[in-house]
Amino acid sequence: MEELKIKTMADMMAAGETPEVLFWVGCAGSFDDRAKKITKAFARLLTQAEVSFAVLGTEESCTGDPAKRAGNEFLFQMQAVTNIEVMNAYEVKKVVTTCPHCFNTLKNEYPALGGNYEVMHHTTFLKQLLEEGRLKIEGGAFKGKRITFHDPCYLGRANKIFEAPRELIQKLDAELVEMKSCKTRGLCCGAGGAQMFKEPEKGNKDVNIERTEQALETQPEIIAAACPFCNTMMTDGVKNKEKEGAIKVMDVAELLDGIEDL
Amino acid sequence: MEYLPNVIFVLVLAGAIGLFAKNVGKLRRNIFLGQKVDRSDQKSERWKMMGLVALGQTKMVVRPIAGFLHIIVYLGFIIINIEVLEIVLDGILGTHRLFAFLGGVYDFLIGSFEILAFLVVVSVVVFWLRRNSLKLARFVKPEMKGWPKNDANLILYIEVVLMGLFLTMNAADYQLQQMGSEHYVEAGSFPISSFIAQGLAGWSESSLILLERACWWLHIIGILSFLNYLYYSKHLHIILAFPNTWYAKLQPAGEINNLESVTQEVKMMMDPSADPFAAPAEDSGADVDDPGTFGAKDVQDLNWVQLMNAYTCTECGRCTSECPANQTGKLLSPRKIMMDTRDRLEEVGKVLDANKGEWKDDGKNLLDDYITREELWACTTCNACTQACPIGIDPLSIIVDMRRYLVMEESAAPNDLNVMMGNVENNGAPWPFNQMDRLNWANES
Ligand code: SF4
Ligand code: SF4
Repeated sequence: MEELKIKTMADMMAAGETPEVLFWVGCAGSFDDRAKKITKAFARLLTQAEVSFAVLGTEESCTGDPAKRAGNEFLFQMQAVTNIEVMNAYEVKKVVTTCPHCFNTLKNEYPALGGNYEVMHHTTFLKQLLEEGRLKIEGGAFKGKRITFHDPCYLGRANKIFEAPRELIQKLDAELVEMKSCKTRGLCCGAGGAQMFKEPEKGNKDVNIERTEQALETQPEIIAAACPFCNTMMTDGVKNKEKEGAIKVMDVAELLDGIEDL
Repeated sequence: MEYLPNVIFVLVLAGAIGLFAKNVGKLRRNIFLGQKVDRSDQKSERWKMMGLVALGQTKMVVRPIAGFLHIIVYLGFIIINIEVLEIVLDGILGTHRLFAFLGGVYDFLIGSFEILAFLVVVSVVVFWLRRNSLKLARFVKPEMKGWPKNDANLILYIEVVLMGLFLTMNAADYQLQQMGSEHYVEAGSFPISSFIAQGLAGWSESSLILLERACWWLHIIGILSFLNYLYYSKHLHIILAFPNTWYAKLQPAGEINNLESVTQEVKMMMDPSADPFAAPAEDSGADVDDPGTFGAKDVQDLNWVQLMNAYTCTECGRCTSECPANQTGKLLSPRKIMMDTRDRLEEVGKVLDANKGEWKDDGKNLLDDYITREELWACTTCNACTQACPIGIDPLSIIVDMRRYLVMEESAAPNDLNVMMGNVENNGAPWPFNQMDRLNWANES
C-alpha cells in the first residue's frame, strides 16, 4: 500500500503553509486499531482529492465529550480550553472529523468557550468533494451490494445530518436498505453518553445487540457506519451473532476508499 | 327570585375561576423555584416552534393513529370552547342561545360542534381501548401504576360525560324547539343530537325543560370542575404545551449547555494573571459569586424550564418507548424522570405550603428518593426521548444535570468512568495511551 504522507499543523507552520482544513482525528481514530483504519481511509481520500490538510498529531487531545456526558463539566472545559488554545494559535478556520462526537462537541460546544470554526463531519466533506469534482469514485466493488446505514445519534438526531452518508452510499451503485428505526428514529448503538467506557446497567439485552438485530433484519452484506464507536458496537454485535463471515461493518469513508483493509 | 339562577351561576363561575387562579399561582411559584435560565432569545423561532409543535401538532402525527385521533380531540376541545363562551354568557345574562342571531353561521357552528363532539367520543373510546384492552406497551410500564393510570382513564371518562351532556342538552333543546316552547327559539342545527331526540319523543314539555336545564348545568359545572382538575393531572398539558414549546431548547439536540460557573473557575485556573485572592465584585450579595451546587440533587437545582417540562409532561411514554436503555430492559425511563421531577416538586410545594412559604429541609431529594443512580447511568444521551416528545420536553437535560451533581459534588461516578476520566485528564484520551503516540497511525501500514 502506498505510504501516506501526513503533515501536522506544526510541520505546515514551519514550512509557512496553511492547510485548507484541519483533520481532527479523535481519540478512537488515533488509538483504536479498528478506527485507525477509518482514519487512514479518510486520509487517503483527502490525499486523492488533493486536499491540503494537516492533523494536530501529539498536540491533539480528547475533546472532552465523554467527560462532559459523564457529568464532569470541569474536565470537559479544561480539555476544551486547551484544545481551543492550540487551534486558535494555528488560526484554524475549518475542521473535518471522522467522529460524530468530536464533530458535535467542536461544532456546538466549543464556540461559547472561544473556539469558532467551521466544523464538518467527514461524510458531508466527502460529499462536497464529490460534488466539486475533486474526488472521483468507482462504485465497482460495491455495485448492487445490500448496504444498510446505521445513523450515529450525534450525527443524525443531534445535528440533523441524515442524507450526506446515504448519498455517498448511493453513489457506489449499492442498494441502500433502511432499518425499521432509521433517521430521526434511529436506535442508538449503545456507546454514547460515555457508555462506551463502562459496563451497561442491568437489563435483558445489550443495546448494540438490539441494534444489530435490527440491522440483520434488512439482510445486509455490509452495515455502514459513520462513527468509530458505532463501528465497534456494531462489529461486536455482528460477532455476537456469529455473522462476521458474511457481514462486514464498514465506515462510509472505507466504502469510498474501496481498499479493503479489514 | 327571577335572577336566582344568574346569581348562582355567577357565584359558581367566580368560585371556579378563583380556585383555578389559586392553582395557577401555586404552579407558578413551584416552577419558579427553579434556577434562572434565559430563553427569551430568537423570538420568531420560538413562535414558529410553538405554532408548529403545540398548535400544529406536527410531532403528534409521527405516530399516525394516535396523532390523528388526538387532533380530533384537540380540535374538539378548541372549537367547542366557542360554545362554552356562549354558555357562560347565557348563564350570566340569563339568556338562551345568545348567539342565535348569527343565523346560518350559528346553525353551521352548532352543527360542527355536534359532529366534533361525536368524533371526540369515538376517539376517546379508541384511546380507552388502546390503554385498557390492547394494553400498548408504553401505557403499562411500571411508572404507569396507580394514580397515573387512573388519571389517564378519568380524563377519558370526563370527556365522554361532557360530550354526552352537551349532546343530550341539544337533543332536549331541539325537541323543545320543535314543540314551539316559549324560551326555545329555533336556532342551530342538530345533526347528531336529532338522533338522540328520537328517544325523547313523547316527553312532556316540562320534563324536557328539566332535562335540558339539568344537562346545561351539569355540563358547565363539569367543565369548571375539569378546569380545576388540571393542576392535579397530566391534562395540564392542554395549557402548558404552549409555553413549554415556546421556551424549548433551540440549539442542536446534541449540544449540552456549558456550565458558566465552571467556565469561571476554569478561566481562573488557566489564566496565570488571574488573582485568586482578588476581592469579589462590588455588591457581594450572598449568591453573586457563589457558584452554588454543580448539577442537580433536588428540584430547586434544576432550571425553571425543566420544572415547567415536568408539569407539562402528558405521560404518553413516547420518549420511553424510543429509549434504547428502556427497550433493552434497563430501569431508565425518560417519562419516569419527568414524573418523578413533578412529584418531588409537588412535595416541595407542600412543604412550602405547610411552612408559610418557607423552605424546611424535609430530608428528601429528587436524587435517590425518586430517581436512582442506576437510572441516571443507563442513559446513552442519544436524544431519542427529546426527539420523540410531542411537546418539546427534555428529559436528557435533567439526567445530565443529575450526573453533574454525582460527579462534581459527590465524585460518585461508576468506577469505569472514573478510570476513563483519569485517562482523559492524564493522557488526553479516554484510554491509557500515551499522548505522544497519537500520530503513530500515520506510520503504521
Ligand atoms: S437520551 Fe437517555 S433517556 Fe433519552 S432516550 Fe436516549 S438513553 Fe433514553
Ligand atoms: S416527556 Fe414527552 S414524550 Fe415523554 S411522556 Fe412526557 S410528554 Fe410524553
